[in-house]
Amino acid sequence: MKILVGIKHVPDTEARIKVASDGLRVDETGIKWIVSPFDEYALEEALRIREARGGEVVVVAAGRPEAQASLRQGLAMGADRAVLVEEEAYDRADGLARARALAAVAKAESPELILLGKYGVGADEGQTGPMLGELLDLPHAAAVTSLALGEGTFKARREIEGATEVLEGSLPAVVTCEKGLNEPRYASLKGIMAAKKKPLDVRKPEDLGLDPKDLREGSRVVWEALESPPPRGAGKVLKGEAADAARDLARLLREEAKVI
Amino acid sequence: MRNVLVFGERRDGDLKKPSLEAVSVGRRLADAGGGTLSVLVVGPGAAEAAAALGAHGADRVVACEAEHLALYAPEAYAAQIAEAARAEGAGIVLVAGTQMGRDVAPRAAARLGAGCLSDLVEIETAGDGTVRGRRPVYSGKAYARVASRGPVAVAILRPNVFPATVARPGAGADAVAVPPALAPERIRVRTTAVERGGEQEIDVAEASIIVSGGRGLKGPESFSLVRDLARALGGAVGASRAAVDAGWIPHSHQVGQTGKVVSPNLYVACGISGAIQHLAGMSSSKVIVAVNKDPEAPIFKAADYGVVGDLFEVLPRLTEEVRRLKSS
Repeated sequence: MKILVGIKHVPDTEARIKVASDGLRVDETGIKWIVSPFDEYALEEALRIREARGGEVVVVAAGRPEAQASLRQGLAMGADRAVLVEEEAYDRADGLARARALAAVAKAESPELILLGKYGVGADEGQTGPMLGELLDLPHAAAVTSLALGEGTFKARREIEGATEVLEGSLPAVVTCEKGLNEPRYASLKGIMAAKKKPLDVRKPEDLGLDPKDLREGSRVVWEALESPPPRGAGKVLKGEAADAARDLARLLREEAKVI
Repeated sequence: MRNVLVFGERRDGDLKKPSLEAVSVGRRLADAGGGTLSVLVVGPGAAEAAAALGAHGADRVVACEAEHLALYAPEAYAAQIAEAARAEGAGIVLVAGTQMGRDVAPRAAARLGAGCLSDLVEIETAGDGTVRGRRPVYSGKAYARVASRGPVAVAILRPNVFPATVARPGAGADAVAVPPALAPERIRVRTTAVERGGEQEIDVAEASIIVSGGRGLKGPESFSLVRDLARALGGAVGASRAAVDAGWIPHSHQVGQTGKVVSPNLYVACGISGAIQHLAGMSSSKVIVAVNKDPEAPIFKAADYGVVGDLFEVLPRLTEEVRRLKSS
């Protein structure tokens, strides 16, 4: 089975986010970049399916040249090869433009299954998977915590508010992955060495029939400004005996904060 | 003139509160643009929602009563939203940011060739039709001002941020019955079961009060202290990543950058030191309380009220005080 795994190259979740002087971008000084954590669940699931059934795992990203580092990480974890749709503008493009780039790769590769993280951390949107399903005219299941494949079918579970939904559908399909699906492996030293020799195909959007001008100017959604979160005032600290602190706190929450 | 369409999500026949919040936002945007407000409701019994929606400000209720839409089917629901947006001449489609909303809205946007604005906490329309909003990014470590160009925009609204108001008490809405946009045989993925846990718990994603526990609880059994306080407050039980990774509580309770990003009215962090990923997930809460024995814990910097003390002593007493206040 051929599986395509979408990977996003994002700032580390530990990173402090500072607004750059242009008031629009993130100040990248000292920021470490990683594979978006949810994409690791997607890749792990793909590797397990390959181990059980055979086939090929292709990792794909749309982004700037630096995204190659995250694709190499995917290869080190065990993917067979990688494709980067390289274009600086993808870092500022909206979900639909990114989904179009991945859809162009998917059309060329014809995978039976496309796996992605439930969202790329940072933008925190979760648009790419469902959009990819629509653009490719495939069914999708989002934010799944279990996935079982049959012959040309899949069964997935996803957590909704206070319950679990069981979804059943046909392949090919797009599935996005939530924490809990599996425990991603670490890349071994052997894997890291092997990754250096695995193919990483860098394509330009125009090679895939995408118009880069349309990409730079055609995003429907634009970020107009990036701001720091509003500061919180200094809080009240209650010390002393537990019973007194508890009584004072309950009273403040009722009379001052008016939340209980 | 800019018409507005809201997707009215139902659970067990009732409209979900975040969808009513979206209807209230929709009323405001429809008035600002001189347009009408339509609400799409799907599944058997959909038309029965018309009275409640009218009171919340809907002009029209577009109801698709098809039996095969009783449970969520991503392709079919997205197609239904896109079809209703076209038929109602909507320039803005509003969807509440529930699990279903975040799943279906991007697919509907792709079908419409529209921009999709996720997780908005503010939304306005400009005279030229541009939809502008503000949203947390990097799990709340920053906020982005975003805009959508083009004739149609799909906007996903963060639950628990916009008030749901009964704008027109007693008013009804015109009900319009529509056929399914996708025939059953064209649907390739569908929900076959919805499994509920034994105890009906409030989910952190839609709770207005959350009590969360972290490493300071020292083990799974002491989550009962957190649960007792949550129950007394009528809130949900949350957890830090440390508590989830230790296996003390399922991931669905996790608040933070790789869990859920929440903005309740009251957030009580118990035995949580306040790693940057956790702070990111809850810092937009309206009132934050921290209980921790380490006065240097970073959580106190985010807290409006901090109790420096042993949570094993503080929590039971706080639960007692809350019960007493609530019954008085």
